[in-house]
Amino acid sequence: MEAIKTNDTGWRLFLRTLVARAYPRVVGQMRETQWIFFETFLPFLATCGYVFVYRAIKAPEDFVGFAVMGGAMTAFWLNVMWLMASQLYWEKENGNLALYIMAPNSLMAILLGMAIGGMFATSLRAAVIMVLGAWLFHVPFVVADFAQLFAVFALTMTALYGLGMLFASLFLLFGREAWQIVQIMQEPVYFLSGFYFPVKSFGFVVALVASLLPLTLGMDAMRQLVFASGPTLGFLSVPIEIGSLSILSIAFIVAAKIWLDKMIRLAVQEGTLTDRRR
Amino acid sequence: MLKTLTRSFRPAAWLGWQVESNWTDPLMFFTFQILRPVASVLILVFMYNAVGRAGAASPIYAYIYLGNAFYIYVGAVMAGASFSILDDRERYRTLKYLYIAPINIPVYLFGRAVARFVTGSIGVVVTLLAGVLFFKVPVNFAAADWPLFFAALALGVLCLAFMGIIIGAWTMTIRNEPWFIGDAVAAAVYLFSGAIFPITILPAFLQPIGFALPMTYWLELLRRALLGPGAAAFPTLAAFSNPQLFAILGGLTLVFGCLAVFAFRYFDRVAREKGMIDAVSNF
Repeated sequence: MEAIKTNDTGWRLFLRTLVARAYPRVVGQMRETQWIFFETFLPFLATCGYVFVYRAIKAPEDFVGFAVMGGAMTAFWLNVMWLMASQLYWEKENGNLALYIMAPNSLMAILLGMAIGGMFATSLRAAVIMVLGAWLFHVPFVVADFAQLFAVFALTMTALYGLGMLFASLFLLFGREAWQIVQIMQEPVYFLSGFYFPVKSFGFVVALVASLLPLTLGMDAMRQLVFASGPTLGFLSVPIEIGSLSILSIAFIVAAKIWLDKMIRLAVQEGTLTDRRR
Repeated sequence: MLKTLTRSFRPAAWLGWQVESNWTDPLMFFTFQILRPVASVLILVFMYNAVGRAGAASPIYAYIYLGNAFYIYVGAVMAGASFSILDDRERYRTLKYLYIAPINIPVYLFGRAVARFVTGSIGVVVTLLAGVLFFKVPVNFAAADWPLFFAALALGVLCLAFMGIIIGAWTMTIRNEPWFIGDAVAAAVYLFSGAIFPITILPAFLQPIGFALPMTYWLELLRRALLGPGAAAFPTLAAFSNPQLFAILGGLTLVFGCLAVFAFRYFDRVAREKGMIDAVSNF
């Protein structure tokens, strides 16, 4: 049998890999109707719970909006952790990781494709939660600056998925713990990133440490830009948060590249990293 | 009976404990057990404080805190049964061996639920202690009605285990993405049982769902046992006395017990017929 030959190398191969990996992520997730339902339905139920808590304690209506926005953003965190950070671990468990390592494609391109595809599919789900929440609970949005809002969202996603790529390589070094670590990081991250309340409540030092998670600054900036009371409850000014998110984006993507290279070296040298051990 | 206990219940409880705990060292395991529930309750504490109108003395504060703390059992025992089935079928791929072993599967599931109850209890106890010590939750352990507390806890956990068997058996018959079932039911119970807000806050057409759930009465009894008269500050179930709440919870537990028997028989037959006992959804 003749091997398939391709002239694609360098950036052409990188881009083709990226598209090839993004495609199944978008199409695959759209085909799984149960995923669509549950990934929208479950965060929405939790969001409703938090909305009713705010109603029970007679909070201002903007807080209801905070809860709805937080609920929508959980979709991104879940996507990053379960379908980005854990992905190479799943591939290892299924016996595909060795193929990934042996293939001439860049692993970075595979992860980037996964991120772009995941981001697209998750954005649709987050939008559904947002629209449904806004409609059911009459959330009062007052967008101050669309350009800044777009910049904040784009940078938050870049930094978040960069973090996911970094975790993807780190998780490979774990065994069964990867499963537990994804779970362990759920509620603490919801808490530290202030998914359902203004992160300013932490005080400056704790909020600053929590800002290492991209969603902390991203959500704080978005709250300031879409709610009337947002600026008074913001942690830092929006321009500073945009600058910080830019730095986080670069830092996480560079760190992801370094760790991926290290992991590939380990996989080739030791030959055990890609083994399914159960 | 004794043979069933020896062959099915005890090994299942021990296996459950091992699965839950032996993936790491004891310190990491303990951290894992407390980090999620404490973070979860901290979200509510900070939400409450961000609005900051009434302070910790308000009855709603203790209501939210305790409801969220005891809800840990719902995730651990009820949703846990579904995850136990999936762990055995898909992750460790041992369910088919369990099925041909001379054990009683519902009793085995019950044993796994007990293991999850033990691990869940670590989270509940730490969350309660943290509430009293650091977050001004007005629970006076010396004045608590402990007989009422333990009786309600036992009955509620038994009911959760029955619900877990129903969900676990249902999970066996699902091929595509069965992981969501446990989470979905737990999320629905969280919303409708008034775990973190009185169910009168729900739209009127949704409130009957809350009144049909045993967890609504269970959480109310636990709150009354720990808080005393302060727990009855909300009109939701104020008209019911403790014995009445017990009777309702007992009745619903009996209903779910019967449902668990029939549901297991039905879903077990469906799973066998469809060849789902050793199915792998390639998660």
